[in-house]
Amino acid sequence: MWIALLICLVLISLNVVVGVYVERKLSAFMQDRLGPTEVGKWGLLQVFADLLKLLQKEDIVPFAAQRKLFLAAPWIIFLSIFGAFSVIPLSSGVWLQGSQTEMGLMLLMGIISLDTLGILLAGWTSNNKYSLLGAIRSAAQLVSYEIPLGLSILSVVILSSSLNLQEIAGQQGIFAEGEQYLFGIKYTGIEVGSMGGILTWNVVRMPFLFFLFIVFFIASLAEANRAPFDIPEAESELVGGFHTEYSGMRWALLFLSEYGIMLLVSILGVILFWGAWYSPFPNIGRFVLADWTNGTPGTLLGTALGFFWLMMKSYILIALQMWVRWTLPRLRVDQLMYLSWKVLTPIALFFVAISSVWSLLK
Amino acid sequence: MSAISLYFKAILSGVKSTRNGMALTWKHAWSARKSRNIQQVQDPEYFSAGENTGIFTLEYPHEKIPVPVNGRYQLHNEMDDCIVCDKCVKVCPVDCIEIDPIKATGLVGHTSDGSPIRLYAAKFDIDMSKCCFCGLCTTVCPTECLTMTSEYDFSVFDVKEHTFGFANLSPEQADEKRQLYEQFVAEKEAMKASASVSVEALENKEGDEKPVAKPAFKPSFKPKMPIAKIEESIPPVVENPATEPEKPAAKPAFKPSFKPKIPPKTQDDHE
Repeated sequence: MWIALLICLVLISLNVVVGVYVERKLSAFMQDRLGPTEVGKWGLLQVFADLLKLLQKEDIVPFAAQRKLFLAAPWIIFLSIFGAFSVIPLSSGVWLQGSQTEMGLMLLMGIISLDTLGILLAGWTSNNKYSLLGAIRSAAQLVSYEIPLGLSILSVVILSSSLNLQEIAGQQGIFAEGEQYLFGIKYTGIEVGSMGGILTWNVVRMPFLFFLFIVFFIASLAEANRAPFDIPEAESELVGGFHTEYSGMRWALLFLSEYGIMLLVSILGVILFWGAWYSPFPNIGRFVLADWTNGTPGTLLGTALGFFWLMMKSYILIALQMWVRWTLPRLRVDQLMYLSWKVLTPIALFFVAISSVWSLLK
Repeated sequence: MSAISLYFKAILSGVKSTRNGMALTWKHAWSARKSRNIQQVQDPEYFSAGENTGIFTLEYPHEKIPVPVNGRYQLHNEMDDCIVCDKCVKVCPVDCIEIDPIKATGLVGHTSDGSPIRLYAAKFDIDMSKCCFCGLCTTVCPTECLTMTSEYDFSVFDVKEHTFGFANLSPEQADEKRQLYEQFVAEKEAMKASASVSVEALENKEGDEKPVAKPAFKPSFKPKMPIAKIEESIPPVVENPATEPEKPAAKPAFKPSFKPKIPPKTQDDHE
């Protein structure tokens, strides 16, 4: 448990360093630029230079702000995101999961929604019109998008019959108990439970989960306040949105949270849809690739390998988030609501119905 | 019915435009493996990307686009080839060149094209912050010592640093040359005074010192030079008053006749 806490803390901190650098480089390449090149080899030390700058900056509190709440708000945001990591299984075994509670997914959704409170508090107590507008937008957005997000998670929960993330993860590979068939259809007669790999990932076990993953991904972008759903920050209209008045390390904390939630929803997406900490290689005849690349759960090697695969897949999703960010323009508020209530929610509801029927047929 | 089909059409177009947008950014990210070739604007392909895709960024201080050979950038004066003729100062529309000439007691030397140098420059300052980069000074320069180089990045923190000095005399050397000249003039005056006093009456017409500076190029004035020098030396005990009156008088007298006289002058010089 303590190991998981420390690892999550280090992970979030490292994630912001890696994430900022990758995002800069990726956005630069998509815009035919070079990105940072001057500080260190390939600009690798640019993020550290920026962090040093932030460390030296003064922590300014506006005179008209409500001081105590203003100072506390970034911590609420950060803690709500950091707290959500407590139920995330970062690998097989018990070492890299903070809490093995059976209600993990429910708890996670509950903690994440506290993020809204922090953002609203940050914007409101800043006593700044841009901050307040950003906070109001953010609250509306987060509340709306939690519905398709929750529904898409619900579908997975229906099919997995569990709220424990470790159990949902464990079902998607060679360590699962019981027989599994290709595409989840017994009629095919192809038993894949012992083959594992990509064949037993949730998106392959229930192919329609791919569409639900898209719903999940879009909603998670909105949850993370990422473009094209970054209207709470909307730098071209609201200066900095809810974090306009923050500076120095307190702003860095908000930034840490932003990249933290990116990582969180990516890990969650991988666990729910893309085979969690299982490697993508199946056992084929004598080439037992799945056995080789997954190790044994509970051992040091097995834990390390699981962690490695989970991170690889999560960072692919993070790259996808960045790709989307540097492609799509920001949505208008009405378009945002339209997408959430009129498109994503009906689709998610439709697939919840399908998953319910599917789980009956299974 | 139509509302429903519109709804699905909107979703479809949303999916399509997202796909197209993602494909576009992917294409750019993929071609970012290489940089674009540097193209001059004369290149016919300049405005059509064509095959030349990839990273646009030019890492400026490390790499530069070659400038055109006839580009007009920072001025440079090759002092060894300069005959201190003052033409650049006169032609400059913004008065950014400042020369403090000292007459030599004799022939100083020859430039690389064989022109005789008869003057020192105690000061040859070009204020590039005033310069309008018209290039006129380089065209009038008879020895082609004043040129525009291809150096265009000469920004500085203090505007005073934009004044580039090209004189190759130290202040001490300049003082020495001045004294030498004064001494020379004084000696000559003494000689002339002893020889003949009557010549003075004639020279009153010419009066100015200025004709002295010009005659270096004007054959018709040459015979009068020594006489003028004698005149000049009577008022100036100090050097500065002597040079100062030279300037205001020089320009108005010079300008009207300037253009037509150029061709004969240069020919004479070369001969």
